[in-house]
Amino acid sequence: MRRLINLLLLAAIALSVVASFAYLELDLAELGSANSLKQMGSYVQRFLSPDLSASYLKAIAHGSLETLAMSALGTLLAALFGIVLALPAAGRFGWPLQSAARLLLNGLRAIPELVWAALMVLAAGLGPNAGTLALALHTTGVLGRLFAEALENTPPQPAEAIRLQGGNPILAFCYGTLPNLAPQLLAYCLYRWENNIRMASVLGFVGAGGLGQMLYVSLSLFQEAQASTVILAMLLLVFLVDWLSAWSRQRWVKA
Amino acid sequence: MLKADSRDPAAWPRLLLTLLALALLWPGIQLSELDLGVLFQADSQNEMGRFVSAFWPPAHDQAFLQLLLKATLQTLAIATAGMALALLLAVPASLIASRALSLSAASRGGVPGLLGRLLRWPVRGLLIFLRSVPEIVWALLFVRAVGLGPAAGVLAIAITYSGMLGKVYAEIFESTDQRPAHALLQAGSGRLAAFAYGTLPNVAAELLSYTVYRWECAIRASVVMGFVGAGGLGQQIDLSIRMFAGGEVASMLLTFLLLVLCADQLSRLLRWRLT
Repeated sequence: MRRLINLLLLAAIALSVVASFAYLELDLAELGSANSLKQMGSYVQRFLSPDLSASYLKAIAHGSLETLAMSALGTLLAALFGIVLALPAAGRFGWPLQSAARLLLNGLRAIPELVWAALMVLAAGLGPNAGTLALALHTTGVLGRLFAEALENTPPQPAEAIRLQGGNPILAFCYGTLPNLAPQLLAYCLYRWENNIRMASVLGFVGAGGLGQMLYVSLSLFQEAQASTVILAMLLLVFLVDWLSAWSRQRWVKA
Repeated sequence: MLKADSRDPAAWPRLLLTLLALALLWPGIQLSELDLGVLFQADSQNEMGRFVSAFWPPAHDQAFLQLLLKATLQTLAIATAGMALALLLAVPASLIASRALSLSAASRGGVPGLLGRLLRWPVRGLLIFLRSVPEIVWALLFVRAVGLGPAAGVLAIAITYSGMLGKVYAEIFESTDQRPAHALLQAGSGRLAAFAYGTLPNVAAELLSYTVYRWECAIRASVVMGFVGAGGLGQQIDLSIRMFAGGEVASMLLTFLLLVLCADQLSRLLRWRLT
């Protein structure tokens, strides 16, 4: 019986794959035909000579710094808002606030960064400010939830000991709970930062500044040489941040 | 006798570190033109205020709902077709890139010979390249190459996800117990047979659950890719935002949430049934 159901499931998966191709009316034969392959080939070839002139590299450096600043500030703002929302979401101030905070966090998290960015461009105008806000809003949802879970799982005894000795709740949190929690919070922030640098470099597609906007503009103007420089800069930035966060994880989180 | 001491021994270093971090952040704030104020001055006079106030009620007339259904189906189809194409590339690439099927490794305690390692590098490099460029950049490139519409989204998902799946599959093959496959290889079986009877039974559950998880991610990605013109729900959301049609945006965001929720449940069901 179980086997039959599994077979049916597999058949349903195969059927849905076939149905998807049929629904999209994808003509794979035409995509793979000699003519279109030749066109693709010449398109790719235009990317092979990136524009490395000094003036363009300067613009790229500015765009990269903008992207870096967007991702770092977005993550930092999100960490601040996240911890503020995580305290009620972990049930520190009673259940009505807990469910309200959780609902807010879920809502913030459910909407993708790019949709937030498109909305923020309307609210805050074109430019990196909109991108930073969009990253901060989405990441607040993610980090708030992760922080709340970390808060719930952290041992309560140190804070209780300080409370029993007569320390006030804020002191108990700062010296009893936070030291245990800090490495985990930092690890989550670094992980989100790695994600956000990738997102920050593409948020520009909807006009939110950084490298993405440069890529979008140069592709719209059919300047493939410039576009390929931007893509190279994006790759470099991602590798750099991955390395940096791996290093700081080794340095501060594992200790 | 214990003495009360209200001094925090770590206060100075912490204060200095905070000041240093702020000094580093200052140029960042300049660069990103950060201004939280714009969020709070969105009064009813403002374009944004009018846009958001149109969110309720969400658009629900007949013609729009039909459009919505079509866009949602297209999103699902893009994710499924993209995953199918990605698997076509990822499975062979992972078999080549993984050390688990190396003949020289079988007789050398799991470390392949120099030649084997050198030959695996190009495939690994290709997989790294495929997954390092974000899928939305691939989508933007393919929109220029094959035109607006779902074909660009399918190709973008296929490319990025084959890089991710290939890498993770190769690692899964390596992380399981190597002895059954090595025994088969040393007894003279072919590599594919050694894989099918030595490695696959151990890793099938993990492979499946990762693939289903990636399918779920592909749905979210295909929504996002619509913003650069790759079809599906995202393209409609982008259009409606540009037309300031708040009600349409609201109902499409609700549909998106529902879609993600359903995909989550479906993938849980599939994992539970098939593993």
